[in-house]
Amino acid sequence: MLDFLIAQTLNGLVYSMLLFLLALGLSLTFGMLRVINLAHGAFYLMGAYFGLTAWNLTHSFWAAIIVATVGAAIVGMLLERSWLQRFYVRNELDQVILTFGFALVFADIMKMLWGKDIHSIPVPPLLSGAVHIAGTYFPAYRLILVGVGVALFVATWLAIERTRTGALIRASVADRVMVSGLGFNIRLLFTYVFGFGTAIAGLAGVLGAPITGIYPGLDFEVLITTLIVVVVGGLGNISGAFWAALLIGLAETYGKALYPAAASFIIFGLMAAVLLIRAWGRDEEDVE
Amino acid sequence: MTVADVIVQRRSKPFVALRLWSVLALMIAAFAAAPFLGMPQFVQALVIEILVFSLLALSLNVLLGYTGLVSFGHAAFFGIAGYAIGIIAIHISTDILVTFPLAVLVAALCAVPIGWLSIRLSGFYFLMITFAFAQMVFVAAFRWKPVTGGSDGMIVPGATLFGAPILGSRESFYFFVLAVFTVCAALLYAIVVSRFGRTLVGIRESTPRMRALGYNVRRYKLAAFVVGATFGGVAGVLNSLFNLFIAPESAHWTQSALVLVMVLIGGAGYFVGPIIGATIVLLLQHWLSSYTEYWGLVLGILFIVLITGAREGIAGLVMQGWNHLRGKGP
Repeated sequence: MLDFLIAQTLNGLVYSMLLFLLALGLSLTFGMLRVINLAHGAFYLMGAYFGLTAWNLTHSFWAAIIVATVGAAIVGMLLERSWLQRFYVRNELDQVILTFGFALVFADIMKMLWGKDIHSIPVPPLLSGAVHIAGTYFPAYRLILVGVGVALFVATWLAIERTRTGALIRASVADRVMVSGLGFNIRLLFTYVFGFGTAIAGLAGVLGAPITGIYPGLDFEVLITTLIVVVVGGLGNISGAFWAALLIGLAETYGKALYPAAASFIIFGLMAAVLLIRAWGRDEEDVE
Repeated sequence: MTVADVIVQRRSKPFVALRLWSVLALMIAAFAAAPFLGMPQFVQALVIEILVFSLLALSLNVLLGYTGLVSFGHAAFFGIAGYAIGIIAIHISTDILVTFPLAVLVAALCAVPIGWLSIRLSGFYFLMITFAFAQMVFVAAFRWKPVTGGSDGMIVPGATLFGAPILGSRESFYFFVLAVFTVCAALLYAIVVSRFGRTLVGIRESTPRMRALGYNVRRYKLAAFVVGATFGGVAGVLNSLFNLFIAPESAHWTQSALVLVMVLIGGAGYFVGPIIGATIVLLLQHWLSSYTEYWGLVLGILFIVLITGAREGIAGLVMQGWNHLRGKGP
């Protein structure tokens, strides 16, 4: 029983960290650009496919990681520059529809390019072993993933709270008109932040590939769970996204292991409950 | 055209619909006559499907177009009513006078608590909570095997009337759907042009102002939610009776997204918008699926182009062109 619990907890943590990497970009993009990017899941899958191609060509996991991250960043920045930027003045619904349109387009383009088969990227030999801790063996790769997630959380948090660029980002979240009025090139900053978000999503895709596999439809699967995480954590709130990713990731993993019938019921219920608790007692629903 | 004119024109959408309404009446008459002029069976099936989804899209438009509530879980009520009629037909009676109203009532009753909770949120959060509730309905349908048949779906017994089977032939069902659609569309039209409907448009345009004027905004939103769910339920019942089968997919989020697409492509806030949208989407789907499997790509491009170039959908484009021709356009 204890072994089962430990194994599931590790699986849950790994899943949580992948969710956090996705939620990080989505939440940051929303906080700053006020855009809910429904194409975010597509960048996860895109990263995984970019990584797959790089791995097939070079058989190097590190090349896969670099190609996936950089590739997703470039596509993300192109999307932001070419199309999304015009939609900052539009309402929420228009942006949701636009990005959903791109999600559909990306999904089919990926299906065309990489087919409908399930692919996977093997764990690099260096990390394929198991680590012996307190009488139990843990797959090293999964432990590393948890480490990467926590490290990225801390790094992003520090970058946003402690650096000059971070201060600019926080200022833009609070009042972007004022920031651009002070002479900062906020448009460029938006592009970089969006690109950072999609890069991290691509990174999550390639890192998650040995665990989740790579297949069409995965983009929408991760998108839905990420949206739940971001909503539970509070849109634009990075620490919120981290804790929410832990909550949702563990809840879904335990749920799937203990009571598979209700696993997705639990996370949707959790989201509905959080939304309602936050809105309860307010007379007006127009405030966020 | 001044800004004020544009605002007046936007506000008066229900009245603009009046002209389009006469076109719709003509179309229904044409559809009613078509089987006598030798309409093939497969075309009848397609028209039935278009009418069912037009009704579903019309019902969503009450929320989306008139009240400004973007529901991403409207298929829940389509699915609930669709399952309800099957369950009632299996366990209680197959008489259509029992099953039809009871199944619609179930959808409406489910909409009361779901709507009561959901309308506390707005914008993106409303979208997410309706999505969450709809997915819960989907999971229930998918997993509650003894009642719903789980992922295999459920066979819905054919309808009877006083013990005799009815609506057995394609043709009789065609007329049945056309009649139900016409009645429901007329009711929905009466609702949106009524005082109640105009209050909903007021809420869409400026919720704070309506609140300041003393309207109980939440009560109106809840009423709109239940009205939408009720007519969505009628569409679900028709769908189940037509296919004599219901599967969890009918409550899945992709179904909700499809209806949302239909309303937006046709033109949210225009009465006939959802009908145009449903027709275009379903025709495209039938036509393209014989050529390509990349149906999502086409839909996605349609989305991007429409939202970039024509925010008010095809009905909006038509209205713009119409106004332009009459020299009133910008």
